[in-house]
Amino acid sequence: MSTIVEVENVTKVYLGGFEALKDTSLKIEEGEILALLGPNGAGKTTLISTICGLSVPTSGQIRVGGHDVVTDFRAARKLIGLVPQEINLEPFEFVINTVRFSRGLFGKSRNDALLESILRDLSLWDKKDSRISALSGGMKRRVLIAKALAHEPRVLFLDEPTAGVDVELRKDMWALVDRLRQDGVTIILTTHYIEEAEAIADRVGIINKGEILLVEDKKDLISRMGRKEMRIELTETIAQIPDSLASYDLTRVDDGAALVYAYNTRGERTGITSLLKDLQAAGLGLKDIQTNQSSLEDIFVTLVQEATP
Amino acid sequence: MNVTDMNWNGIRAIYRFEMARFFRSIIQSIVSPVLSTSLYFVVFGAAIGSRIDEVEGVSYGAFIVPGLIMLSVLTQSLQNASFGIYFPKFIGTIYEILSAPISSLEIVIGYVGAAATKAMLIGSIILGTSFFFVDISIQHPFWMLAFLMLTCVSFSLMGFIIGIWAKSFEQLNLVPLLVVTPLVFLGGSFYSITMLPPIWQTISLFNPVLYLVSGFRWSFFGTSDVPVVASLIAITAFTALGLAIVWWIFRTGYRLKA
Repeated sequence: MSTIVEVENVTKVYLGGFEALKDTSLKIEEGEILALLGPNGAGKTTLISTICGLSVPTSGQIRVGGHDVVTDFRAARKLIGLVPQEINLEPFEFVINTVRFSRGLFGKSRNDALLESILRDLSLWDKKDSRISALSGGMKRRVLIAKALAHEPRVLFLDEPTAGVDVELRKDMWALVDRLRQDGVTIILTTHYIEEAEAIADRVGIINKGEILLVEDKKDLISRMGRKEMRIELTETIAQIPDSLASYDLTRVDDGAALVYAYNTRGERTGITSLLKDLQAAGLGLKDIQTNQSSLEDIFVTLVQEATP
Repeated sequence: MNVTDMNWNGIRAIYRFEMARFFRSIIQSIVSPVLSTSLYFVVFGAAIGSRIDEVEGVSYGAFIVPGLIMLSVLTQSLQNASFGIYFPKFIGTIYEILSAPISSLEIVIGYVGAAATKAMLIGSIILGTSFFFVDISIQHPFWMLAFLMLTCVSFSLMGFIIGIWAKSFEQLNLVPLLVVTPLVFLGGSFYSITMLPPIWQTISLFNPVLYLVSGFRWSFFGTSDVPVVASLIAITAFTALGLAIVWWIFRTGYRLKA
């Protein structure tokens, strides 16, 4: 796998001094699906805009397919498809014309067979001669995707593709993303739905206040998310953990009034049954048991809070 | 940059898209200029013109034809071009243009080319209409077309600039209304400036539209208020100024990019 999008020390300061991106660096591998998670105003859209040419970086470099997005914008932008967050469409236009327009605009010659297959994939084919204004919100969003795909991009940016979209369309969208991935298209999507990142992404990036806090393999994050803690309150305090329990991942807390057991719910065995037996064998009485799960959301919230002074 | 490397498909896409907008409202596009021109002929040509014998050896009805065409062509160029680029800004579809592998020059060719074509079409329709009302012959057809085309292009460029500058529909209509309409009416569209008092003749010489109307009228009748060369220089300078401003707009991203 090779790097297809390279963001190097990019800073974006808007007129008026707002720093939307702070020395941001990011590498996106060809063929992967990267989800950028972050609260509103975190800089997700600004990051996408600077890569796609809607906004000029104040400093730093961005390359797409090895082409600088400023000095070699033609080669870079040919590779990119962008689905914006807002439904920006001309209401009086016909679906087929607006999709044809997009293909031409990106320098490609007319190819109606390809456009037909794109529209069919998006269940838009029977709407091809409808005016945009006659379409439902979900259909309009599909038109935006069709426009972005019309010039066969290698990298597709989806800015909040499922914001305000019903469950069915969201599932459709995920299925579409999966098909595109099979065709080798690299996909970067922004979202603030954690389940969405979980459902479709290979890697997850967390961004807040113009900084990328982490970019990690989804599996690693999920295994972190799968970690659970069990707090065992004891009837009597203990000075130290008995040797017979040394094989368990136990921590003594509250001056020995309780023990915390860390385990993985996604592991083959949680070890809970044997731990309880062994606790009894060691002569410890149990007052109460609580379990506590650290979710991706917790990780997200913790990270975002840590970054906030 | 090589001509073959240019994004011709992109230019064509913009041009077609804009022309489709024109043909979608074809009735409105044609009926409105034909109707207003006919009214001008009735009011100025027949009612008032019957009391004016001739201007510079041409019947008054024929004399106003070049001015009438210019009036419509200027207004149409400005309106079409300013709306063409303002509308995508207004509804947000500009994102696609800005993210496409298309240079500023190509964008301008697409939008300004379409707006100028529409204005040319309307100019021709008005010329055609005028044949029903008055006898006219065109002495320099080549120069007539050249003046018409240069005017369409330069005012479409100006319209493009207004469309980028405008932040609201009100501003979009402001410049044509407050600046261009007075300039056209005071630019000798319906009279020869020799009919004005000397002080107004001098003031008129600062009106760029005078040079366009004068040159255009010369191509019809062989007479003009200012030398034809001055008209050519004026329109070339005007086009160059428009190009320079457009170049600056795209260089700085003025009102287009954050």
